[in-house]
Amino acid sequence: MMCASAKYNTRGPALIPRMKTKHRVYYITLFSIVLLGLIATGMFQFWPHSIESSSDWAVEKRSVHDVPVVKLPADSPIPERGDLSCRMHTCFDVYRCGFNPKNKIKVYIYSLKKYVDEYGASVSNTISREYNELLTAISDSEFYTDDVNRACLFVPSIDVLNQNTLRIKETAQALAQLSRWDRGTNHLLFNMLPGGPPDYNTALDVPRDRALLAGGGFSTWTYRQGYDVSIPVYSPLSGEVDLPERGPGPRRYFILSSQMALHPEYRSELEALQAENGESVLVLDKCTNLSDGVPAVRKRCHNNQIFDYPQVLQEATFCVVLRGARLGQAVLSDVLQAGCVPVIIADSYILPFSEVLDWKRASVVIPEEKMPEMYSILQSVPQRQIEEMQRQARWFWEAYFRSMKAIALATLQIINDRIYPYAAISYEDWNDPPVVKWSSVSNPLFLPLIPPQSQGFTAIVLTYDRVESLFRVITEVSKVPSLSKLLVVWNNQNKNPPEDSLWPKIRVPLKVVRTAENKLSNRFFPYDEIETEAVLAIDDDIIMLTSDELQFGYEVWREFPDRLVGYPGRLHLWDHEMNKWKYESEWTNEVSMVLTGAAFYHKYFNYLYTYKMPGDIKNWVDAHMNCEDIAMNFLVANVTGKSVIKVTPRKKFKCPECTAIDGLSLDQTHMVERSECINKFASVFGTMPLKVVEHRADPVLYKDDFPEKLKSFPNIGSL
Amino acid sequence: MQARKKYLLVAFLASWLLLFLLLLGDRLRRSAFISQPRAGSPRRWPRWADRSLLGSFADPQELQDRGAPPPPSPRLNASSRCRMETCFDLGRCRRHGFKVFTYPRQRGQPVSDSYGKILASLERSRYHTRRPEEACLFVLPIDTLDRDRLSARYVPGLGQELGASPLWNGGRNHLVFNLYSGTWPHYGEELGFDVGQAMLAKASFDAGSFRPGFDVSIPLFPRDHPQRGGQEGRLRHGAVPPRKKYLLAFKGKRYLTGIGSGTRNALHHIHNGKDIVSLTTCKHGKDWEKHKDERCDKDNVDYEKFDYQELLHNSTFCIVPRGRRLGSFRFLEALQAACIPVLLSDGWELPFSEVIDWSKAAVVGSEKLLLQIPSAVRCIHPERVLALQQQTQFLWDAYFSSVDKIVHTTLEIIKDRLLPHRSRPRFLWNAPPGGLLALPDFSTHIGDFPFYYLQHGSSPSDKFTAFIRVVSPLSQPVLRLIQAVSRSQYCAQILVLWSCEKPPPPLEKWPQITVPLSVIEGRREPSDRFFPYAAIRTDAVLSLDEHSSLSTSEVDFAFVVWRSFPERIVGFLASSHFWDAEQQRWGYTSRWTNELSIVLTAAAFYHRYYHSLFTGYLPAGLRELAGGLAACEDILMNVLVAAVTKLPPIKVAQRKQHKEAVPQQQVKGTAPSSSRGFLQQQDCLNQLVDWFGYMPLVSSQLRLDPVLFKDQVSILRKKYRHLERP
Repeated sequence: MMCASAKYNTRGPALIPRMKTKHRVYYITLFSIVLLGLIATGMFQFWPHSIESSSDWAVEKRSVHDVPVVKLPADSPIPERGDLSCRMHTCFDVYRCGFNPKNKIKVYIYSLKKYVDEYGASVSNTISREYNELLTAISDSEFYTDDVNRACLFVPSIDVLNQNTLRIKETAQALAQLSRWDRGTNHLLFNMLPGGPPDYNTALDVPRDRALLAGGGFSTWTYRQGYDVSIPVYSPLSGEVDLPERGPGPRRYFILSSQMALHPEYRSELEALQAENGESVLVLDKCTNLSDGVPAVRKRCHNNQIFDYPQVLQEATFCVVLRGARLGQAVLSDVLQAGCVPVIIADSYILPFSEVLDWKRASVVIPEEKMPEMYSILQSVPQRQIEEMQRQARWFWEAYFRSMKAIALATLQIINDRIYPYAAISYEDWNDPPVVKWSSVSNPLFLPLIPPQSQGFTAIVLTYDRVESLFRVITEVSKVPSLSKLLVVWNNQNKNPPEDSLWPKIRVPLKVVRTAENKLSNRFFPYDEIETEAVLAIDDDIIMLTSDELQFGYEVWREFPDRLVGYPGRLHLWDHEMNKWKYESEWTNEVSMVLTGAAFYHKYFNYLYTYKMPGDIKNWVDAHMNCEDIAMNFLVANVTGKSVIKVTPRKKFKCPECTAIDGLSLDQTHMVERSECINKFASVFGTMPLKVVEHRADPVLYKDDFPEKLKSFPNIGSL
Repeated sequence: MQARKKYLLVAFLASWLLLFLLLLGDRLRRSAFISQPRAGSPRRWPRWADRSLLGSFADPQELQDRGAPPPPSPRLNASSRCRMETCFDLGRCRRHGFKVFTYPRQRGQPVSDSYGKILASLERSRYHTRRPEEACLFVLPIDTLDRDRLSARYVPGLGQELGASPLWNGGRNHLVFNLYSGTWPHYGEELGFDVGQAMLAKASFDAGSFRPGFDVSIPLFPRDHPQRGGQEGRLRHGAVPPRKKYLLAFKGKRYLTGIGSGTRNALHHIHNGKDIVSLTTCKHGKDWEKHKDERCDKDNVDYEKFDYQELLHNSTFCIVPRGRRLGSFRFLEALQAACIPVLLSDGWELPFSEVIDWSKAAVVGSEKLLLQIPSAVRCIHPERVLALQQQTQFLWDAYFSSVDKIVHTTLEIIKDRLLPHRSRPRFLWNAPPGGLLALPDFSTHIGDFPFYYLQHGSSPSDKFTAFIRVVSPLSQPVLRLIQAVSRSQYCAQILVLWSCEKPPPPLEKWPQITVPLSVIEGRREPSDRFFPYAAIRTDAVLSLDEHSSLSTSEVDFAFVVWRSFPERIVGFLASSHFWDAEQQRWGYTSRWTNELSIVLTAAAFYHRYYHSLFTGYLPAGLRELAGGLAACEDILMNVLVAAVTKLPPIKVAQRKQHKEAVPQQQVKGTAPSSSRGFLQQQDCLNQLVDWFGYMPLVSSQLRLDPVLFKDQVSILRKKYRHLERP
C-alpha cells in the first residue's frame, strides 16, 4: 500500500561478468575516462548552480516592471458571474488532485504578466506588496509545484486583493485568457476588499465563473459554504508595529472603540454607552488637530487627548469591531494582535477561517440590534473566560493573521482538508494555542464505557527460568473466575520451556510465547493472542495474591479501564536537597505508581508502549534491564492525565516474611537506579506526568462489620 | 599494441564529446528557456529586485473605510435566502425567552408515528408552552414529514390550510420538520407547499438549498425509532488494532438507472471478497428485471450469502452511499454499530452539521473518488480508528439514539443562535457528555464544567463550599457539624439553607468559626436544595443534611478524592438499585450490599454545575414529582449525574456506620415507617426510569479508602488516623 513504509530491495549487487583479461584493462580505462568526464560535467553543471540557486534564478533579478505585457482585445471573452450554487462536488475537479501518500494538494502559480487594454492603458496595478508576499509564501510552501500538468489548484498572479484598484471587466478578461482557466475550475482568487460604492457587495465583483474565492468580507448570502474560504483583511500595521504579548488580566478600559469612520448612528450609540458607564468605556475618533508629519492612521483622539494606535488597544479588555461599508475590517487584525477580545457587531458576517476556527473561544458576537445591551452582555462574561479569550485572540493573530504567509497557508490548508478529509487537521490543532496543547490531555480512551464482565482478562506472565515459581503463579491465577487466557512470555533463549505435559492443567487456554531476545519490553508487546481488552501483567514470583484479590482487581479495572490498576504501590518525591526526583517504596499515605509486577491495564497501552513510547525510553529500558514498569506508569499517566488505582491493602507479594516486595531487591543501588529512571523519563517527557493520590480501592464492605460469607470478596489479605 | 592505442583514442574522444555535448546542451537549454525543472529545486516565484518598493494593496485610509455610507441592512425577504436576522422575529423571544408552541392537534387529522413522536418530544421539552402569545417558535400540527407526492402519507392541500391559519404569518418563527422531499425521478427538495420564512428541519438536506444558520439538517430516522432513552451503542471492545473481521463493508441495492445510480452502480468494483465486502442486489422496485444487466444474477446470489447486521457489526468501516435521496437509514445504523461511516453522498449537509464536527466520527468521501476509498481507509492509523469508533458512540448516544434527542438537539441549535454570546462553543458539542447536557446558561467557559478539566489543562478549585440544609430549629448536632466542617483546611465557606418554618436565629447564635457563614432563606419550592445559588462560588459543593455527622478527617479525605473525580458524586452513604424480577420493576435498597449505585446527598461532594443542571435541564414536572416523594430528590440527582457521566458514584471510607438511621432522616416533617419510605423510593425510581427511558444508574463494587486504611501499621504513620477511631 502507498501508505505503508517503503519496501527495501534486499538483493545484493549484481556480479560483473568475467571477460578476457586482455580486454579488461582497456574497458576499465575507457570506463574510468568516461566516468571522469561525467564527474567533470556534473561538477560544472551543479557547482555554480548550487551557489546560484541559493540566491535566485537569473530571471528573478528582474523588476516587476519588466514582465511581459499582454494586450487584451476589447472583445475577448468575459467569464460568467460567480455561480452561487457551486460546491466542491459540482464545480471542483478532484481528479486533478489525485490520491497521494502525503495527502497534499499541488498548487501552481501563473507567471506574472502585465495586462493592458487595446489602447495600452493598464488594467490594474501589476502586483501589490501583499500579493507578492502571498505568492512567495505559496511558492516556498510544500503545496507548490511548477508543473502545470500536475497541479490541482491554480493561483493566478493577477492581483485582485483590492477591487478598487482594478478595472472589473478587463480583469475578468485577463482571467479568462489564462492557459488553464477552463471556466475557472480549480482556480483560487484572493480578495480582501470586495465591492465598491455605493452598495459595497460582500464578494468580489469581478466575474469569475467557477473559481474559488478566498474573500475578506463575505456575508452569509455570498459565501458558498464549503467552497469559498473566508479570510481576514490583512492589516499592514501587523508588519510595522511590534506589540509584545501582554499577559491576560484586567486592563484599564473595559470597552474600547478605535474605528475612525463609523456610521453616525453607531457612533452615537457608542457615545451613549460611554456616557452611561463613564471611564471604563472609551470611544476614540480621528484626530483633527495633528501637527504635520504625524501619520493620522497611528493616532486616535478623544476630547483632545491623543492616543497611540494600535498600542492603545492593549489597554482594553474588549475592543469593538463594527461593520463599516464592508463587513470585513482590518481593525480585527489589530485588535487580535493587541490581545484584546473583539466584540464583533456585523450581522451576517462570515468570520475569517470560520470553517475551522471556533470564534466563540476568542470573541463575543453581538447582533446589531443588541448593541445597546453590549455593556451588560460583556459584564456577564466570567473573568476566567475573558483571560482565555485574550490568549486565544493573540494566538489566532499569531497563527492565522500576522502575515500574508499565514493567511495564504491557512487558506490552502483548508482546501487541502476538504480534498483529503481523512487526513484533515483536527479542531484541536487549529484552535488550541501551544500552551493549551502542552498542558491539556486528550485521553485516547475517552468514551466512558464499562467493558462487559464476560470479556474477562488475559494474564501475561513474563518468565526467565524460575519454573517452579512460575507454575505456582499459573495455578493461583487460573483460579480467578474472569481469567480467559494465560500467556507465558518465555524470555530465555538458552533454555527451552518445559514439556507440554509438565505444565499445570488449567481450565483456560495457556499459550507460551518464545521471544527472540531477552528484553523487558517483551512483556508489553501487543500479542495477537491477547483477545481481551484487559491485560493482567504478573511476575513469575507473585504468589501471595488471592483469587479474590485478583478478581476484585479486574472489577476495579472495569470501572477504570483507562488506568493502571495494580497492587504494589509506589511514590515519586521531589528531593529538595538533590533537586531531583526520588523513588520511594516505603509504605506511605500516597501513591503515584503501581508496579506492573501485578497490574491490570488496557491492551491499548501495550500498543502505545511498543510503538509510541517517546524518545529512546524503550531502548534505554531494554539496555538497562530495569524500570519498564515505571516507563509504563509514565506513558499511561501522560496520555490519560489520570492517576493509577492501587487495589486492596496488599503490600507483600512473594512471601509473608518478606519486607521487600520489589521484583529485584531493596538495596541502595536499586533505589538509586530507580530514581535515575524517574529523572530520565521526566526529562524525556519534558514534564512529570505522574499524579499523586491518597486513596486505594477496597471492596465496598471491606472490614465492615458484616458476615464474611455474604461479602463478594471475603479473602482480601491485610498486608 | 595497435589495438590498445585505438581504444585509448576512442575513449578520449568519446569522453570529450560527451563533456562537450553536456555543456552545450546545458547552455542551449538555459538560453532557450526550455522549462525543464531539475528534480529537487522547482522554479519558484521570482524574488523581484524591486519587491520592497511595491505599493500596498490598500492605503491605510482605505482600510479605515473613509466616508462610509450608511450600513446596508439586508432585509431581503426572499424566503430562499432567509437568515435569522432577516426572517426570524427575535422580538418574540425577548419577553419569555425561548418558548416553543405546538398547535393543538386537530381531530380527524391523523399524523404518522414519527411525527407523533416529534410532537411528543416537543411537548416533553422544558421549552414547551401552551400559550401562543408567549411563544418564540411554532410547530405545525400537520404532518409534514413525508412530502413525496407518490407516498400514502402525503397530506394534500397543505398550502391553503397554512394560508388560513392566523398564526402562520408567512411561516415566520415556524419550524417545519421533514424527512422526505421530492419524488420520482429527481427526488429534489420540493415540499409541495411554500415554507416561506419558516425554518426547515429536514433530512437528506442538499447543501445547495440549505440556508446556513437558518435551517437545520436532521438525520433520517426509522418509524420505530424510540421516543426516549434509546438503545446503547454497540461498541464493546476498544481494541487496537481494531479486531474486526472486515475492513470495509456495504450491502444494499444497486440502482441500475435514475438518480443515485452513479454511485450505487459502481460499489461492486471495490469488493475483494477478503477484507472488503461490497454486495449489491438489483432487486428493487417492481420492474427491476427490465433494467437487469449481466452482473445481476451473480450479484444477487452473493448478496444472499451475507447478513446485513453481521456485516455491520463486524466491519471497521461501513460505506454509507446516497440512495435516491442523500441521506439513508444506514447512516444511523452504522453510527450505532460503531462502524465508522464512509460517506459517499456528495452535497449532503450532514445532520446537525452546524455544531457537530463529523471529521471526528466519519470519513467524508467523494462519490467521484470511490475507487480511492479502500486505500484511503487503509491509511488511517489505528489510534485514529479507535478515536473515530468512540466518537460514533458518543454522537449516537448524545444526539441520535431517540426522537427526543434529535428534536431537543434541533431546539438547542436554534436557541444557541438567538444569543450568540451565550451559546456553546463548538468544543462542548463534540466532547462527552455533549451539548444537550452542557448548559450555556451556566457558563460558556469550558473550565467551569466538571467534564473537561483534562482537555482544558486545568483542575477543579482547591476549596469547597459546605451547603447545609436545615429544616428544624438549630440543634446541637447541626452546630457540631458546622464546627467539624469548618475545621477542614479546604473549606472556603459554609452556606446554610434555612428551610424551617421559624425565622433563622441571629448571627450570635451561630458557632464562632474561622470561615464565612451565611444563611439563605429557603425558597419553599420543591428541590430548592439543588437550586443554583449564586453564593456557591467554588467548584465543589459539600451537600449536608442537618442530621449528618462527619468528622474533619472524613471531610478532608472525601474532598481530596473528589478532586480526582470531579464529575462524580463522592460521598459516604450509599444505597443501590436492583431489578426485582418478581414484580418486574426496579427495586431500591439502602441495606448493606456488595454494590452501590447511589450516594446520598445528605453527605456528599459534587460539582456545583449539577445544581444548574438539576434546575435548568430537568422539567419542572419531574422536579415536583421528586420533591413529593421521600428521598426522591436524592435519587433523581444520582440518576441525573449517572445519565450524564455513564459512571457510578464513589463511596469513600467513613468512620462509623449510621446506615440504618438514614431512611428515616430522609423523610421530611413527619416520620413515617421506613417501609413506606422504601415504597416511595421504589415508586420514585421507577418513575424516573420511565422519564429517562432507561435505567441510567451504574453499579460499583468498590469503595475508596486512604492508602493505609486499617492496615496493621503504626497509627502514627497514617494521615487520616481519625477515620479509624471506633
